[in-house]
Amino acid sequence: MPFAPWKDRRLMHRLGLAARTAALTGREAGSEEAVVHGVAAVCDPLGALYLPDAGALVVSDLHLEKGAAFARRGMMLPPYDTIATLNILAAVIARYDPRTVISLGDNFHDRKGSAHLPDDLRALVGAMGRGRDWIWINGNHDPDGTTDLPGTSVDELLYGGLVFRHEPSLTFGKGEVAGHLHPSATVRRREKYVRRPCFATDGLRLLMPAFGVLAGGLDLNHKAMHGLFDRQALVAHLLGRDRIYSVRYANLLG
Amino acid sequence: MDLVETSSAGRDAATLPRPFLKWFAEKGWAPRAHQLELLARAQGGENMLLIAPTGAGKTLAGFLPSLTDLTNRGKITPGSAFTGIHTLYISPLKALAVDIERNLMKPVSEMGLPVTIENRTGDTPQAKRQRQKLTPPDILLTTPEQVALLLANKEAERFFKDLKYVVLDELHSLVASKRGHLLSLGLARIRRHAPQMQTIGLSATVADPMDLQRWLVPQGEDTSPPAGLVHVQGGAAPDITILDTDKRIPWSGHVSTYAIPEVYEEIKRHKTTLIFVNTRFQAELLFQELWTINEDNLPIALHHGSLDAGQRRRVEAAMAANKLRAVVATSTLDLGLDWGDVDLVVHVGAPKGASRLAQRIGRSNHRMDEPSKAILVPANRFEVMECQAALDANYLGAQDTPPVGEGALDVLAQHILGMACAKPFDPLELYEEITSASPYAELSWEMFERAVDFVATGGYALRSYERYAKIRKTQEGRWRVSNPQVAQQYRLNLGTIVEATELNVRLVKRNAKGTLGRGGLSLGKVEEYFLEQLVQGDTFLFAGKVLRFEGIRENECLVSNAFSMDPKIPAYAGGKFPLTTYLADQVRGMLADPKRWQALPDQVREWLEIQQDRSMLPSKDELLIETFPRGKRFFMIAYCFEGRLAHQTLGMLLTRRLERLGARPLGFVATDYSLAVWALNDIGGMLDGGRISLTDLFDEDILGDDLEAWLDESYMLKRTFRNCAVISGLIERRHPGKEKTGRQVTVSTDLIYDVLRSHEPDHILLEATRRDAATGLLDIGRLGDMLARIKGHITHRDLNHVSPLAVPIMLEIGRESVPGEAQDAVLQEAAEELIAEALS
Repeated sequence: MPFAPWKDRRLMHRLGLAARTAALTGREAGSEEAVVHGVAAVCDPLGALYLPDAGALVVSDLHLEKGAAFARRGMMLPPYDTIATLNILAAVIARYDPRTVISLGDNFHDRKGSAHLPDDLRALVGAMGRGRDWIWINGNHDPDGTTDLPGTSVDELLYGGLVFRHEPSLTFGKGEVAGHLHPSATVRRREKYVRRPCFATDGLRLLMPAFGVLAGGLDLNHKAMHGLFDRQALVAHLLGRDRIYSVRYANLLG
Repeated sequence: MDLVETSSAGRDAATLPRPFLKWFAEKGWAPRAHQLELLARAQGGENMLLIAPTGAGKTLAGFLPSLTDLTNRGKITPGSAFTGIHTLYISPLKALAVDIERNLMKPVSEMGLPVTIENRTGDTPQAKRQRQKLTPPDILLTTPEQVALLLANKEAERFFKDLKYVVLDELHSLVASKRGHLLSLGLARIRRHAPQMQTIGLSATVADPMDLQRWLVPQGEDTSPPAGLVHVQGGAAPDITILDTDKRIPWSGHVSTYAIPEVYEEIKRHKTTLIFVNTRFQAELLFQELWTINEDNLPIALHHGSLDAGQRRRVEAAMAANKLRAVVATSTLDLGLDWGDVDLVVHVGAPKGASRLAQRIGRSNHRMDEPSKAILVPANRFEVMECQAALDANYLGAQDTPPVGEGALDVLAQHILGMACAKPFDPLELYEEITSASPYAELSWEMFERAVDFVATGGYALRSYERYAKIRKTQEGRWRVSNPQVAQQYRLNLGTIVEATELNVRLVKRNAKGTLGRGGLSLGKVEEYFLEQLVQGDTFLFAGKVLRFEGIRENECLVSNAFSMDPKIPAYAGGKFPLTTYLADQVRGMLADPKRWQALPDQVREWLEIQQDRSMLPSKDELLIETFPRGKRFFMIAYCFEGRLAHQTLGMLLTRRLERLGARPLGFVATDYSLAVWALNDIGGMLDGGRISLTDLFDEDILGDDLEAWLDESYMLKRTFRNCAVISGLIERRHPGKEKTGRQVTVSTDLIYDVLRSHEPDHILLEATRRDAATGLLDIGRLGDMLARIKGHITHRDLNHVSPLAVPIMLEIGRESVPGEAQDAVLQEAAEELIAEALS
């Protein structure tokens, strides 16, 4: 069988990248600019979106305490996912020093997650939130909001000319930034395939990649994505090893 | 040590009750010497191992001690106290347990013995299982998984306390696997409940009987003497030939289509023929090809693991009733089912191991004093040598069964949880019990504690799951399960066989509008991991067709006809078993010794002679490396003969190293015999010019940093990890039909693996994964042995063009064997050019 190393070391790369590039910004950090409904946005290779005009940093689907959520049901997954995700989040917050942090839902993997968050990790989030606003958008995994963490919990947010919600709306897509679907895309060149999480936008709406290290991906071709985008205009901004790669939907397969 | 039929050791002591003597007399039979010897020694209190060829009356021998004991005991009177089972029979196959019940009931009812016999498998209805616990039969026929289930039950002690004999059938096939590890732990527990219990192992010939003799008895401080051995030598030597053909033997491929008419003629000449192949793919293809020329409409059937169970049972029944003329089968039929009057075994493709060949040939002719008859049909020229080597081995009685091996850690974790489900355990007692099982005799106390910790809370250095613990220590220092759900979870996850997730492949058509239709023919199942690398429009070979991948809808993979002859993505369709070390050694020996070529067909001998002339043939411990240009590429072929798995690993590592050295490698392909790497730069020139040193390239340190770096990225290790995660109970087994609906409910083991590697690289489950990989998918152990062996014995030949010996692997590049007439013609052409070049 000819070799096809199509799986990547996503977590190792992201942790390394976070450590290496926290001090860098903009193109130096490998980010790529996009426009959503007339609002300028920066797609960062660590998986966050920065809105310079509003000074807001957006992350989605952190799925914190996913390991613990499984442990509660008798599957003792490694308890290191939360610290790994928070380390990457700390790096990207250090990079942009945003006025506001928006976490787009599924912040915790289950309803109990935020109440049972270990103290040292809670302190870490507290430190990150100091001196800035923090908005927790409620997701389907954590509809009840957060417990004992900085910031406020809401179902939906209108801010800086955009609407932020967890699940993309089938009817009101204009100017929407959403998560929930964990978009990823597969690129083929010659006989090699690379599949990576991505930001997906057609200029009207933008879907955020999942930020949590134990969150999987869903291909842009999946039926759950149908009807969300104008595919002619759709661009996937893929999270590469150390930069964003922007590829038109039509060109993904070469 | 070997006691043959004529030995009289202990025979006089054997006492057969009257009904038995009468029954033998009525049949005009006499009990065989080995049956009486086994009986006498078992009655004398020994644990026993019986090694005998098929047809030697092994099953009856195994049960004689129980049957005589039960006859002497008499029927249990109604109203007497609860009596547990007397004899436990364990077989690796459900079908075998059912088959034995039928075979055993016959003499038992003819003799009128007061014995109850029942089987218990995954298919046994719940009500019957419940009843078996309340009123157990005397003899219970079952599988290793059922034994584990029974032992994890609160009533286990009561159920097993009266046990006298455990009969283990096909022991050789069980011991080397994780199922065998689980079973050995089960036996250790049974001994606690029933210290009087004796084991009787039944086995085909194995490389080292002492391994099994030790396996059958408890290890540790008061180690018992190894089980006694009764070894019945094979009857008449089998009559094995390699198919004598006028047709040209192909250079490469696995399908032997050239020989179909000759195989058909043999079927016509015999009463019942069993045709063994190595893979499902080969079985399908051969079956189809046989039917296209089946002018006499002979009843020819197919039997392999992907067929549904009902269909398999029908074939088995027809076979037992002698209604079939031939069955094409994979390893699902390897084990000792009773197959009616088979008078010929045809083995298509090389057997890959000498023991496997002996085992399969044993299927023919159940009367051991008549020779079994078998014909080998090699699929290509290397396989001709392999068949010849296997054939020599069978005559020589050489064996290459795998060693028992060290007990796996994921199995250990599963067992520990099971024992906690049975009743709270004392860790010291359980440790002592576990190390009495031979695969775990060397288990350290520290590792045992880590395994217990893993079962309780995942065993992480960061101790954050204490409150979710599955098992907890009581005040008396015993471990018990936290709640009944844990026991339920254990029962659902039990077992060591992890089926790869498979999707149904459905052939659909595009309608006029270009959208995919519904319905369509179902072609079979394909593993999910293979589909992960496909995108819409890719073509691949499956079920003998070139198919275009259209997408996945629910749990089905949709494909359409590809109208192309050249599948883009090769699916591996070759022999699933890698060549055994023993047979590889034999093939190397044959290559190095022109005198032995006389036994080979002319065309194969000539091929080797031309190779001798154009390049060279390596001596037995030498590694030959050839380099040559072809097209716009430069090729390097290494003739390692270490089997496909080890070659694949070596290929991954070599391409990394060559990349670093500036050779710009593009890819590689591995077969059982050799490894081909191709590159943009002239590897041969670089070797000759000293820019690359062969000694460095093949140095053992390739298994150091390069391996570590590659393992980080290797999806193969992730698959191994997934199996360990399921068996150890870290994640739940997926049950067909019970999959949770909705997206992202399950968690990817690949991601868990990444998190674990980055934060706790010494975790017990990563340790378990590395141990598995060393012998399993990556065959690192074997690769290491080879690198040590060839050190200082590497010979490089820089050639102007492809050599004869290189042709088979060159034909594997960029394609897999594509069957069918038109395609063959195309391939023939492509092959012809290459062969002409090699011989010019």
